[in-house]
Amino acid sequence: MNTGAFIAIAIVTLSAAMAAATLRKLMHAALSFALAIVGLAAFFFLVGAEFVGLALVFIYIGAVAVLIVFTILLTRRDVEKDHGFKWGGVVIAAAVFAGLTWSILKTQSTAIVAPQIRALTVKQIGQALMTTYVWPMQCVGLLLTAALIGALLLVIEEKP
Amino acid sequence: MNFRFGNYFWFIPAAPFAVSLVILSLSNTRRKAAAALAVAGQALALVMSIMAFAKTLQMPDSRIVANFTWFTFGNQTLRLGFVLDPLAAAMLVMVTFVGLCIFVFSVGYMADDKNFTRFFAYLSFFAGAMLGLVIANSLLLLFMFWELVGLASYLLIGFWIERPAAAEAAKKAFITTRIGDMGFFLGMLWLYNRSGTLLFYDRGNGCLEAAGLATVGASATFIALLIFCGAAGKSGQFPLHVWLPDAMEGPTPVSALIHAATMVAAGVFLVARVYPIFSLGAINGVTPSLTVVVWIGVTTALMAALIAVAQADIKRILAYSTVSQLGLMMVSLGVGGVAAGIMHLLAHGFFKALLFLGAGSVIHGCNGEQDIRKMGGLRRVMPVTFATYAVGMMALSGVPIFFSGGWTKEEILQVTAHWPQSHVPYYLALAGVVLTALYMTRQMIYVFFGESRSASAHAHESPRVMTMPLIVLALCAIFFSLVLTPAWPWLDAYLIGEGVRFDLARLIQPMLFISLVLVGSSVALGVWIYGKAGVPDGNRTADVDPFEYVQPVLFRFLAHKMWIDELYQRTLIAFSWMCARLSDWMDRFVWDGLVRGFGAFGQVFGIFTARVDERGINAGVDETAAGARGLGRLLSAAHSGQIQTYLGAIAVGMLALLLLYAWLA
Amino acid sequence: MTPTLQGFLIASAALFSIGLLAALSRRHAIFILIGIEMMLAAANLNFIAFWRFGQQHQPPVGVMIALFSIAIAAAEAAVGLAIVIAVYRHYRSTNVDEFNQLRG
Repeated sequence: MNTGAFIAIAIVTLSAAMAAATLRKLMHAALSFALAIVGLAAFFFLVGAEFVGLALVFIYIGAVAVLIVFTILLTRRDVEKDHGFKWGGVVIAAAVFAGLTWSILKTQSTAIVAPQIRALTVKQIGQALMTTYVWPMQCVGLLLTAALIGALLLVIEEKP
Repeated sequence: MNFRFGNYFWFIPAAPFAVSLVILSLSNTRRKAAAALAVAGQALALVMSIMAFAKTLQMPDSRIVANFTWFTFGNQTLRLGFVLDPLAAAMLVMVTFVGLCIFVFSVGYMADDKNFTRFFAYLSFFAGAMLGLVIANSLLLLFMFWELVGLASYLLIGFWIERPAAAEAAKKAFITTRIGDMGFFLGMLWLYNRSGTLLFYDRGNGCLEAAGLATVGASATFIALLIFCGAAGKSGQFPLHVWLPDAMEGPTPVSALIHAATMVAAGVFLVARVYPIFSLGAINGVTPSLTVVVWIGVTTALMAALIAVAQADIKRILAYSTVSQLGLMMVSLGVGGVAAGIMHLLAHGFFKALLFLGAGSVIHGCNGEQDIRKMGGLRRVMPVTFATYAVGMMALSGVPIFFSGGWTKEEILQVTAHWPQSHVPYYLALAGVVLTALYMTRQMIYVFFGESRSASAHAHESPRVMTMPLIVLALCAIFFSLVLTPAWPWLDAYLIGEGVRFDLARLIQPMLFISLVLVGSSVALGVWIYGKAGVPDGNRTADVDPFEYVQPVLFRFLAHKMWIDELYQRTLIAFSWMCARLSDWMDRFVWDGLVRGFGAFGQVFGIFTARVDERGINAGVDETAAGARGLGRLLSAAHSGQIQTYLGAIAVGMLALLLLYAWLA
Repeated sequence: MTPTLQGFLIASAALFSIGLLAALSRRHAIFILIGIEMMLAAANLNFIAFWRFGQQHQPPVGVMIALFSIAIAAAEAAVGLAIVIAVYRHYRSTNVDEFNQLRG
């Protein structure tokens, strides 16, 4: 792991996230969100969790970001209006960040460097999914199905 | 593929259960799918049962046991299991085969019923519960399936729920068997207390194996008697037999299933299964518990046979004949003839299913009429039903040589005759045999011979889907005797676990002649008495039973089932009614009086405090209320209805918790 | 020199706070959802970081939880966006300040 790479990724990710949170145009914000997710995936690649990184890219950019874009298009009439910005949220968010950072820095046991580990293969993850985690995985499958049906039911147009 | 069937025989009950669930989830209109599924499930169970049976044939005198841990409670481990031995395998084949015939028959019989799919779901459930009961290797697991059988019978007897009589009968069956089950449950707890395990076979540690039996010791008699309570309830033994004839209120295929393959067989099967507990410490094959079994059995056999003589409902006659035959099986088990008892159970399963389905066919043909005095002359209209019914009747009456029932009945008489304790059961059993032939002859004459009367005038033969099972079962009732004859007692040897050899000389036994003479003479007697039944004869009118004409008082006594129901009504039920009245009275006047007294005291106290309240406290409370209202207004202002406010509050709360935690650490 | 666990945790905390900012400050419902997704992603980064820096187990628990949480986040996003559309149909607006039927 390289500190330079870490800092670069952190800067890209956090500035993209900041842009997603603050940009006026909704569409720009959604694209910035996708960029932030790419940065996050780069973090995962950096620590050796390549599979999770890929999953993140596929799911967040391939599905969630696209969904957000679709939603923006479907609620277009309203998008053009600027709903404004609440400054109270900034105060709370800054306070939360300060509190978290303070407690992280205070905890000395987190000031460690990464141990050497053997690479995590997709095979290992697959085996874990099919043995120890087979029931959770089935449940997640069920949950996704339920979410799919639920989302459909929510947006279905009632015939007058 | 190293798929070893032996370890998977628990699929057999699983198949009907699964089918039952699937059918329940179908809509009410998918009639064909429901019937096809039920029959397919049962056929699958039959195929698997035959495979299991073949497995036990390959390795005689051994059993396949599959135990598993259900749950661990502290350091107690509760284990359940399944067992496959000759007893279980023979029962499996009989239950699935007879069940399959009944399922197919039901497709025709229930064709017009509006709850067709529900019927097949229950039927499959019933078969599955029974199959599970047969292969259970733990008294607890057996008890679970036992209760499921009870539940299924409740659902099926009361299937025509809109008829009050059916609902009553279902309730009666459930409650009566529950009384016996209470004993069963107590016996089971006692057994667990003594032996620490409820597994039957567990590599030498089960409660039916030497080590387990040794720990049971002297309490075996009581445990056995308590378990027999359950068996008596399910198998309709005196004094708990009252539910069985009432169970006729269910659809006829259900009666067939209850009386032939499932419910009532469970009691006999249970006694056979835990036979080592019954026979523990036997001297010369006699133990106190087995003696009780013999006397209960013989009482039941004779009493039911007597009652059957005076019944007019075609199904009720068969019901009492079942009670009587079950009594005979219990006698056989009690005197030590386990194999004979089970063989009779298997043979009885075939021909009783045949008789019930035949009766169903008759009822179907006569448009729902069940009174035999209104039938007659059906021999010409319903030839297939008549022929198969005649086979069933002869098998039940114990006509020797050609019919399965004859051989097993002789076997039972044989072992009963050699019981060292007493010869009375033997003679009483003989009397029961005579009566059986008599009432069956009476029924045949009423239903199939003579002139057609009111109900049979427009009778018609049943469709093929109903007659085919009859023919198959009739063939079984005949050819099943091939493996029962003393010359080649294959089934007997299989159940005991010995080799078999062919010896024609043993075919001729004194018992053969005794039963030949008995059955022949009683059929002749039946023809002589009832030959002119249903037609006027001398001073007797057509609707009076010939026996009733000669002995009206005795006939009425029997026709009213010896007034046992009325006796229970007057004694047990009256007693519990009285107890209820007494507690009602206690509640109303004693406890209620006390409560009222307290109430009055509270009232006086209340008046006193009300005075204090009005003047002293009330003013203060008003102030508090006003304050609370103000606070409420203040708090409700915080509920802006804006999710972002809520979210921000959550974030602040989280931050506070985080800081608190960091500060504490 | 390599980054420490603290570095990852602070990056995650920053991402979380930015997500919170988006959820609290923007009035558009879709922004709130984006913010929530960012907070979830920050939590995932924590899981992965602790997996990488902590004791190694087989199966890799941290990675598995992150995978499941991604799947659940996807379900949540689908339902959330559907709700946004449904609410938009009802109010003809996506401004959360206008959704105040539960006002006390």
